Amino acid sequence: MQLRRDVFQAIADPTRRAILLLVASQSMTAGSIAANFDTARPTVSKHLQILTECELLKQEQQGREIYYHFNAAKMKEVAEFIEPFRLLWDTRFNKLEQVMKQYKTKK
Amino acid sequence: MEQQTKVLAEDNKQEIKVIREFNLPVELLFKAYIEPEIVAQWMGTKVLKLDSAPHGSYRFETTDPKGNKHLFSGTIHACEPHQKIIRTFEMEGTPFPVQLEFLTFESLSDETSKLTMHMVYKSVADRDNMLKLPFAQGINMAHNRLQEIVNTLK
Repeated sequence: MQLRRDVFQAIADPTRRAILLLVASQSMTAGSIAANFDTARPTVSKHLQILTECELLKQEQQGREIYYHFNAAKMKEVAEFIEPFRLLWDTRFNKLEQVMKQYKTKK
Repeated sequence: MEQQTKVLAEDNKQEIKVIREFNLPVELLFKAYIEPEIVAQWMGTKVLKLDSAPHGSYRFETTDPKGNKHLFSGTIHACEPHQKIIRTFEMEGTPFPVQLEFLTFESLSDETSKLTMHMVYKSVADRDNMLKLPFAQGINMAHNRLQEIVNTLK
C-alpha cells in the first residue's frame, strides 16, 4: 500500500504529470527534460527521482547518458488514472457542501 | 487526510461508483441536485434547463477558459425526493456515448447524509476513457501553464 500512495503523490503534481507526458512519446535525458521547464534543474531532478522511485519512470544507460523511459505497465498496474477523476468529484462535492451550508444558515 | 470522495472502478467493468458522505441533512443534499440556481453554483455551469421529474430533462452549458462552450444534457427517468434520481448524461458533440446514472441519497443522521452515484457506460473502453479524461485534462492544463510561462519569457 505504501507504493500505491507514492504513485498517487507522484501524479498529484502537475509538473510531474507534464514530465510523464514528455517521456511518454520518447525517452529523454534529464537535461533535455529540464529544458522544457521553467523550474530550477535540481527541482526537475527531484521530480525525476520521485517518478523513478515509484517506477513510473525507468532509467537506461546509453553510452555516457542516462535516458528516462515512461513505464506504461506501472501506470496501468496502479490504476493511477482514477485519482484525477476522484479529485474532480471531490472538488465538486466540497463546493456543493460549502454552498448548501449557506442555505442551512439562511433557514 | 482521509479521502472524502471514494471512487470504485473495477477492471474490465463498464461502471463506476462515486461515494461521498456530506455534513448536510439529506434534504439539503437533494435540494442541491434539483434547484437550477443551486446546481449552477456548485457545478460552475449555466443551467439552461432542469426539470427534475420523471420524463423531465436537463441541459447545462459551461464555458472553458478559451471561451469554448460545452453542452451537457440528459433525460430524467425517476426523481424521488431525498431518495433517488435516475437520469442519463451526455456530452453533446463529443464521441462519448450517453451514460446512465443512478443517484442514491441516504440520511445518516439529522446532520449527515450519503450520496452514491452509480454510472453505467456503453462499453468497458468507454468507461476507461471517461476515467482518464480528467487525467488528460490535467496534463493539458499543466502544458497550458507551461506555455503561458514560456510566452512571458519571449
